[in-house]
Amino acid sequence: MSRATLGWIVLGWVGFALLPWYGFDRTAVPTLTDYIIGGSALVHGLKGAWWLLPVLVPLLMSLRPAALPSRPDNSTWLIASGLTGLALIVLQGFTIGLNGWNLDILKVISGDNGPSQGGMGYGAALTSIAFLIVLCHGLAARGWCRGDAFVTSSIGIVVALIIVFVFFPVSTILASAFADNNGDFAPLEFVTKFMDRSIWGLDCLTSDLRCGVAWNTLFLGVLVAFGTTALGLAFALIATRTAFRYKKLLRVMSVLPIITPPFVIGLALILIFGRSGALSSVLWEWFGIPRSRWIYGLPGIFIAQLLAFTPIAFLVLIGVVQGISPTLEEASQTLRAKSWTTFLTVTLPLMRPGLANAFLLGFVESLADFGNPLVLGGNFEVLSTKIFFAVVGAQQDQGRAAVLSIILLAFTLGAFWLQHAWLGKKVYTTVTGKGDAGIPLPLPRRVALASYFTAIPWALFTVGVYAIILVGAFVRSMGRDYTPTLEHFLTAFRVEATERGFFFSGSAWDSFFATIKVAGISAPLTAAIGLLTAYLLTRQRFSGQRSFEFGTLLSFAIPGTVVGVSYILAFNVPPIEITGTGFVLVMCFVFRNMPVGVRSGIATLSQIDKSLDEASLTLGARSATTMRRVVLPLLRPAIVASLVYSFVRAMTAVSAVIFLVTAEYNMATTYIVGRVEAGEFGLAIAYSTVLIVVMLIAILAIQLAVGERRLGRRSASTSANPVAAPAIP
Amino acid sequence: MKLKKNLVAATMLAGSMTALSFLSAGAAQAQGALVMYCGVQEEWCRAMVTAFERETGIKVSMTRKSAGEVFAQVKAEAANPRADIWWGGTGDPHMQAAEEGLTVEYTSPRMSELQDWAVRQWEQSKKRTVGIYSGALGFGYNTELAKSNNAGELKCWADLLKPELKDEVQVADPNSSGTAYTLLASIVQIMGEDKGFEYLKALHKNVNQYTKSGAAPAKAMAQGETTAGIAFMHDIVTMVVDKAPVKVVAPCEGTGYEIGSMSIIKGAKNMESAQKFYDWALSADAQKLGAEAKSYQVPSNKSTPIPPQAPKMTDIKLINFDFAKYGSSEERKRLLSKWDNEVKNLPK
Repeated sequence: MSRATLGWIVLGWVGFALLPWYGFDRTAVPTLTDYIIGGSALVHGLKGAWWLLPVLVPLLMSLRPAALPSRPDNSTWLIASGLTGLALIVLQGFTIGLNGWNLDILKVISGDNGPSQGGMGYGAALTSIAFLIVLCHGLAARGWCRGDAFVTSSIGIVVALIIVFVFFPVSTILASAFADNNGDFAPLEFVTKFMDRSIWGLDCLTSDLRCGVAWNTLFLGVLVAFGTTALGLAFALIATRTAFRYKKLLRVMSVLPIITPPFVIGLALILIFGRSGALSSVLWEWFGIPRSRWIYGLPGIFIAQLLAFTPIAFLVLIGVVQGISPTLEEASQTLRAKSWTTFLTVTLPLMRPGLANAFLLGFVESLADFGNPLVLGGNFEVLSTKIFFAVVGAQQDQGRAAVLSIILLAFTLGAFWLQHAWLGKKVYTTVTGKGDAGIPLPLPRRVALASYFTAIPWALFTVGVYAIILVGAFVRSMGRDYTPTLEHFLTAFRVEATERGFFFSGSAWDSFFATIKVAGISAPLTAAIGLLTAYLLTRQRFSGQRSFEFGTLLSFAIPGTVVGVSYILAFNVPPIEITGTGFVLVMCFVFRNMPVGVRSGIATLSQIDKSLDEASLTLGARSATTMRRVVLPLLRPAIVASLVYSFVRAMTAVSAVIFLVTAEYNMATTYIVGRVEAGEFGLAIAYSTVLIVVMLIAILAIQLAVGERRLGRRSASTSANPVAAPAIP
Repeated sequence: MKLKKNLVAATMLAGSMTALSFLSAGAAQAQGALVMYCGVQEEWCRAMVTAFERETGIKVSMTRKSAGEVFAQVKAEAANPRADIWWGGTGDPHMQAAEEGLTVEYTSPRMSELQDWAVRQWEQSKKRTVGIYSGALGFGYNTELAKSNNAGELKCWADLLKPELKDEVQVADPNSSGTAYTLLASIVQIMGEDKGFEYLKALHKNVNQYTKSGAAPAKAMAQGETTAGIAFMHDIVTMVVDKAPVKVVAPCEGTGYEIGSMSIIKGAKNMESAQKFYDWALSADAQKLGAEAKSYQVPSNKSTPIPPQAPKMTDIKLINFDFAKYGSSEERKRLLSKWDNEVKNLPK
């Protein structure tokens, strides 16, 4: 019986007896007594909400181990208390809803509508968490995870969060795949919808008809995954292994597309390659090459997704390339291998976890991408847009959307298993406590050349795209009227000085502040949960690890639209009633973006030798200390990656939030989409440039705050200073 | 142990702090509030909100979304409605919401001031939704591109089948866009179902892209990405006002139209404010705001001045559009799947 367990038991009581059990109605103004005691479950229970009183039983049960700390059967009491408590809270929450009994059968039995209750509030949340932790502590006392309560609690929390914010909403919407329009169970309808020719048709192989949307999506995904991994690798190699002069610039530029709000890249591509685009006009006027619409369709989406997702591959790969110890490469060269052979047989295989993760992310991102296919898709249809329009389009067919989501999910899971199979059980550890020369080998000539030849033209292309975007913000109407103007910025971001101070009268300010707030809160949460999960997955062994890992990936695989709708379906009614708040946006972002933290954390962690942790543990440090002093400093690239990624994604996501925004929490992207719909490209682009600048500043700030990982590797240029920085501060 | 506890506790604390700050920020005043889902352009939505707040002192929380998105959201929120009023956006989703009982009946004292089509919409929906503006379907063409294609002047639906326009017509996909569904229903009503589908099959050869959004063809025309585009005429007018080289056409065979509508959500938490807004939104003063916000639909109150840029309804041959039949979900499903099988899957 530790003090921590005792603390959580106390918190469980606080949640039950002091804090308001129910959430507040948004139109009500709560008083102080509503906050303390007055609205607590105990008071409600005594006043007639009898279904809350049974929760007292497990709370009392938890007191026994607290009162008699040295009994051997305490762990059983803790486990029993935690389990019963959680079960009772879930049970009462789901059986009694806003309009009485949730199950019709109970209405029949009781003869009336039954009691009603609102959504849970702080008290319920705290008590539930306390029960969960008590349960985990009990399990640890039983010897789970070598009796480490930190590990069991972490697993418990992550699992609970994933169940609540991923499985619960997703199962709500997937259930509708098996229902007809009236909500009745109809498995046959599922089969007909599933086997539809528009999904699986292979007509494009034999005739000039179109192929099914599933094949389109799969083909595009594989293509994009290969492309982004190759480009990402080229950038990563140049950035870490060459003396290329404009490295820094290259890094900034490769990151630009990731911080670009959606639609903007697509828009810019149309302005360059479209039929009246800049390049097409030049080709037609100078070389007589006829204008065409090739950009609409597969080529356009492919280019736009390459632009958008290469940075993700780069962010994953740079940590991995940096982490490869030169020792093995040196050994290979000592054994007289040519540098090309070394690269092929030593360096490249060591990058496998990075390559596999980059590929997986590229594939999954391409599958879930919504903005680019929307703007550039032409007649090339992919699942994500199909799902969106199945929900909001003229069909209004939620069941169809659910069926398509299941297919999309299946593809993602397939990719996940393939990746696992390819990585196998090999060891990729190269960051160990042992010393090494610390100077990474230069790249073989042909690899260096190949990297330069892929990366530099691509970087120049990126510059071109961004030049167009920048110009677009400052001219009246891109493509038609090039009169320079600041009008777009003034409309969006006007600030007036009145006698009462500054007044933000621009139409974009509301959404701008809301976006910054939501992104700023969700980024650190995402990184924390993501890296904690990665740590649990790589460093701990527990049963159900695979399904745990799959659960963390799930929300990423599901397209934003489906997530958005499922969040409304799941969280608009009690017990968890959080739609319309900023909280639901934050949670949506955290669980959508967490997989990147998990992936880059896993990729980086699998390189770091476990003996480092073990040394720390042997010296008497606990898991939490080891994590803070040893693992976290080595994880810096992964921390930067997940912080940057989640901040940026929170600022640029569209499809998931389009259903979750409210008047108070309107997001920048939905505002931009509205402007694009209205044809006000100038304003949309101007707003986007402002967002890009904000995100650049944020990325620099994150990098400054987290700092670089010091691995004791020296670059050739700094070898004048022979003292290697210690790996562990 | 202490550290572990601290770490877990810190995570929890951070979580609950965010929850706290957000939940409390969500609390609005109890008196005189209105939650509105707005289905037209942002600028118009904002103008409506400001004017209504100034007039009544009721605080409006407005969220702008496309009509389909609003419908999906209202349906998802049916068990615990968030919004009070749904103002604007094409009539079909409003009709469907009425059919599914997501909105409530209301009879405004201003019903007598409205145009016939608005009242008819209200009667067909069993008093659950009312017309606030209407816009006719039409097409437009980029005059510069039309000249270089030798397409000549385009006046009728039939002109869009000209061989010179091969791969030069853009229209939205009726599966995703209400605009394109209006086209499908209109063509079927003008030409009869068999002839109508013959026409759509012939048109398919000239279509370069079925866009997702209904207004996209208007933009593509203005940008010079396509010669002709089918859309609501007021969307094309917006491009003309923006000085794009585009000509608006009211097809000679006649054409269908949309009725932008307004409904009160069933279970609205601020019913009184919603009704106040409903009455106000039907007044001529409120409907004037559309033209000021560069939206050129025809308002439903008879005494609202019609914006000079708006396509004159008297110059347009409007068909007697059967909203009840073609707005019902059965007929819609049937027509859409027929279009999918017989038109969209055709080789070019």
